[in-house]
Amino acid sequence: MNATQGLFWFLSALAIGSALMVVTSKNLVYSVLYLIVTFFAISGHYILLNAQFLAIVNLIVYAGAIMVLFLFVIMLMNLNTETEAQRKRWLKFAGAIAGGCLLLVMVATLKRADYKSYTAQTSQGDIGLINNLGMALFKEYVVPFEISSILFLSAMVGAVVIGKRD
Amino acid sequence: MPVNYYIFVAIALFCIGITGVLTRRNAIIIFMCIEIMLNAVNLLLVAFSKMHYASHLITPGAGGANGTDGQLFVFFIMVVAAAEVSVGLAIIVMLYRNTHSTDVNFLNRLKN
Repeated sequence: MNATQGLFWFLSALAIGSALMVVTSKNLVYSVLYLIVTFFAISGHYILLNAQFLAIVNLIVYAGAIMVLFLFVIMLMNLNTETEAQRKRWLKFAGAIAGGCLLLVMVATLKRADYKSYTAQTSQGDIGLINNLGMALFKEYVVPFEISSILFLSAMVGAVVIGKRD
Repeated sequence: MPVNYYIFVAIALFCIGITGVLTRRNAIIIFMCIEIMLNAVNLLLVAFSKMHYASHLITPGAGGANGTDGQLFVFFIMVVAAAEVSVGLAIIVMLYRNTHSTDVNFLNRLKN
């Protein structure tokens, strides 16, 4: 087992374990902090795949902006754990069973597929660098890029309108 | 790395997200589980992008994608997720202001 494989297993275990803690922890602030750990692990995966632009964007957008927004909202509401409503026990059980069944079905389906010859290139290849992605983004994808700026503008206006106290 | 490892990791993260949506009643936790699902799909898209790039290097000029498209899709997914979270958290704040709770079951008042 070389260093790449070791890093892959470490990052995968970190991502899955902290994602489980997001779902199971009682305190909302702990959930947000574990979600930040998950995002860092996924950014580590991107760096391992040499997609450096996406790794940095993932850190800035998710761990930087979105999670701060979540923490602000949670601290603004001053939610405490005693008042949090829980689902009925059998409903929780049914939800866990349903998610586990989905996992089982997808793994069983994909386990027998023949992709032994396909490998994802790790720690080499310059496809994920900002040079290549920027050229493609501003040549072939310039119209979706501009449309996404309009989307952001409308999201900003919508958030202000919804959140305004009237 | 063989691409099936990435597929299984992404499936595991996606199913954890689905289980969280099904088992929790707090709207903020449900939002975070949606973020986990989006990130699982992003990871899978990047892995497939690198897989296509590796096969593009072996046989260049054979047509098909060279892997740039997958990573740009991930970029646009992140953009849409950021916009979605800003609007969604505004809706949750509005819900909390009206009901003093973030329980999604209070939303069934909308049907009357």
